[in-house]
Amino acid sequence: MTTLTDPPRESFRLSMLLYDTRYRSLTFQAIALLLLIVAIAFLANNLVSNLAAQDLNISFSFLSSPAGYDINQTLIDYNSQSSNLRAAWVGILNTLLVAVLACLTATVFGVLAGVLRLSKNWLVRKLMAFYVEIFRNIPVLIWIIIIFTIMTAVMPAPTAFRGDDPASSMVLDSIAFTNRGVYIPGPHFSRGFGADGNGALNWLIVIAVLVGSFFATRMVTARANAAQEATGVRPNTLWLNLAIWFVPIIGVLAIMGLYWDMPTLSGFNFSGGIKIGGPLIALWFALSIYTGAFIAENVRAGIQAVSRGQTEAASALGLRPKRVMSLVVLPQALRVIIPPLISQYLNITKNSSLAIAVGYADITATLGGITLNQTGRAIECVLLLMLFYLIISLLISAVMNVYNSSMKLKER
Amino acid sequence: MAENQEEVKMKRTVFLGALTVAGVAAGAAAAATLDDVKARGKLNCGVTTGLVGFAAPDANGEWTGFDVSVCRAVAAAVLGDPAAVEFVPTTGKTRFTALASGEVDMLARNTTWTFSRDVDLKFDFVGVNYYDGQGFLVPKALGVSSAKDLDGAAVCIQTGTTTELNLADYFRKNNISYEPVPIETNAEGQQQYLAGACDAYTTDASGLAATRATFEAPGDHILLPEIISKEPLGPLVRHGDNEWGDVVRWTLNALIAAEELGVSSANVAEMSGNTNNPEVARLLGTEGELGAMLGLSADWAKNAIMAGGNYGEIFAKNIGEETPIGLARGLNAQWTDGGLLYTPPFR
Repeated sequence: MTTLTDPPRESFRLSMLLYDTRYRSLTFQAIALLLLIVAIAFLANNLVSNLAAQDLNISFSFLSSPAGYDINQTLIDYNSQSSNLRAAWVGILNTLLVAVLACLTATVFGVLAGVLRLSKNWLVRKLMAFYVEIFRNIPVLIWIIIIFTIMTAVMPAPTAFRGDDPASSMVLDSIAFTNRGVYIPGPHFSRGFGADGNGALNWLIVIAVLVGSFFATRMVTARANAAQEATGVRPNTLWLNLAIWFVPIIGVLAIMGLYWDMPTLSGFNFSGGIKIGGPLIALWFALSIYTGAFIAENVRAGIQAVSRGQTEAASALGLRPKRVMSLVVLPQALRVIIPPLISQYLNITKNSSLAIAVGYADITATLGGITLNQTGRAIECVLLLMLFYLIISLLISAVMNVYNSSMKLKER
Repeated sequence: MAENQEEVKMKRTVFLGALTVAGVAAGAAAAATLDDVKARGKLNCGVTTGLVGFAAPDANGEWTGFDVSVCRAVAAAVLGDPAAVEFVPTTGKTRFTALASGEVDMLARNTTWTFSRDVDLKFDFVGVNYYDGQGFLVPKALGVSSAKDLDGAAVCIQTGTTTELNLADYFRKNNISYEPVPIETNAEGQQQYLAGACDAYTTDASGLAATRATFEAPGDHILLPEIISKEPLGPLVRHGDNEWGDVVRWTLNALIAAEELGVSSANVAEMSGNTNNPEVARLLGTEGELGAMLGLSADWAKNAIMAGGNYGEIFAKNIGEETPIGLARGLNAQWTDGGLLYTPPFR
């Protein structure tokens, strides 16, 4: 019988950093990190010394000086005497507007196309495959330009609506499709709060009422569920829910005196109502259909990841196909769908910077375009741009990750 | 696995190193442009992306135009060869970065000389080769006879230009509204304007005339009478390289002085041989040593004039009244004819 002894403990020698596999990777990582730091420091130093050589400096004071230019789509008050910072805010809001709109519609397109691509109907299945392959294999910039060009070339100019026998007329006398955008009636209040009755407070009230209705209907449903569990009979909640949704909001709108401001042709353009500009439509639609094609594939992958046995078991329990999808398959598929969906939302937000191709005034066009160019402060503007996109992307990522962890399989 | 990560990191480091080298090279290019151009044997000249009459490639792919002629004259003065030019098309937004970074040696790109561009952006405007002003182009069918009637109109405007700021100022001053339709290049502006996406197109009046000349039916469009700004257009170089600035400045001056002194591409060879006007002799290098003072050959101005003719010839050939663009000399006549062109003496 042999006795096992501990192997002799080697003392640490410098050569072990290179020859001992335990330390070698650490050594290389340390060297790589050092080189990286030196390289970045060198680049930064290079930038600073070159700027100094050209008598330039880094200063953000231009943000408070007047911008001097006008912007065609402003969600907040803005004129050419506003500051460059204000112009940047206008751009940020425009970026967020198109990003949110495109995320919503891309999700709708994506879920529809993804589910339909698995349809039993041959034609529907093939059509959806066609959609996915066409739209995700052509660059989104091309889509933006195609849609914008078609819009400006095909739709009538506002002058076509003029005269006694105009070449074009408004749809339902209230919506005008022109090559500069779509004009729709805008809601206004005659007895609302704020300046001439149209302050932001009115809309907060409307939103509050809708949120209240939402929670009220949730309570009704919970009560109905409880009643069903106790007695086995589900009370009919349809009419009650409809009443909860519609009666309060109609009442509030009537009290505040809602009326519709119709777009009318005056001078060169339509005025009144709400204008949805051509660039916004082109960008929004192109981002939606392009990213929708990617989301469709995510949805398909998610659904196919749910094992066939689940569907069969659910069918064996007597559930109808629709309920199998909504109660069994989709909840499990969501766990697979959400992580790649986050990437797609980030893509939409970042791709919205292609707005510049069609003259949509997003943050890249205002701060990173006109302001940069008129003030010549390229480094400052680009740094701010990078900071903005970084913050927005991290925020989207954080919010979606919270949602993801609430949806993912809870292991106990 | 660890080794793989290592490799990626190493690659990134190498990449950054390469970037640094590129950065240093660009930094070094800032000074002594004249030597760089001579060593390269080619002048890098920034021009527009295409504005007929000022700078546009012709049917053979050769760049021609009023601004292009300035580039060719400088190349002829420095290198003796008007064809030794690399034309770099720049947009209103990319032009200053291209010049500041050393991608081009000079800009001849209907760029307005303003205080902030000269002082804050650190460029040197070497002179004015075209005195211009901002105007409006509208379809005749619009029934507008004055820019003040444009209340509520959609106006196509090139972003990143002084015209963008003038437009905002003009409408604000006259208390009328408009909707800006931002565009990147003249070609895009033309397309949007013709499609009716904007009611009016505004830029320098010379540019509008040049653009209108390329329309299928130029007669259906009119230039409104208002000229809402001063736009002195001229070539510019980087600030701080005065030798190079002098070369470009005096090449432009030589073209203007040649017209005043009656030296043209037709008679320059003859006049350099026998002239009894001492200023012509100094200009053409048969007397004095102005060329050597610039660091150029004695016949630098002669080469520049032979490249495309004097200022008047260049004007007449590219944008003058005989061309489709049809611009009158107006402010751009010699001071002796009541215009603003006036060069310091060659002495």
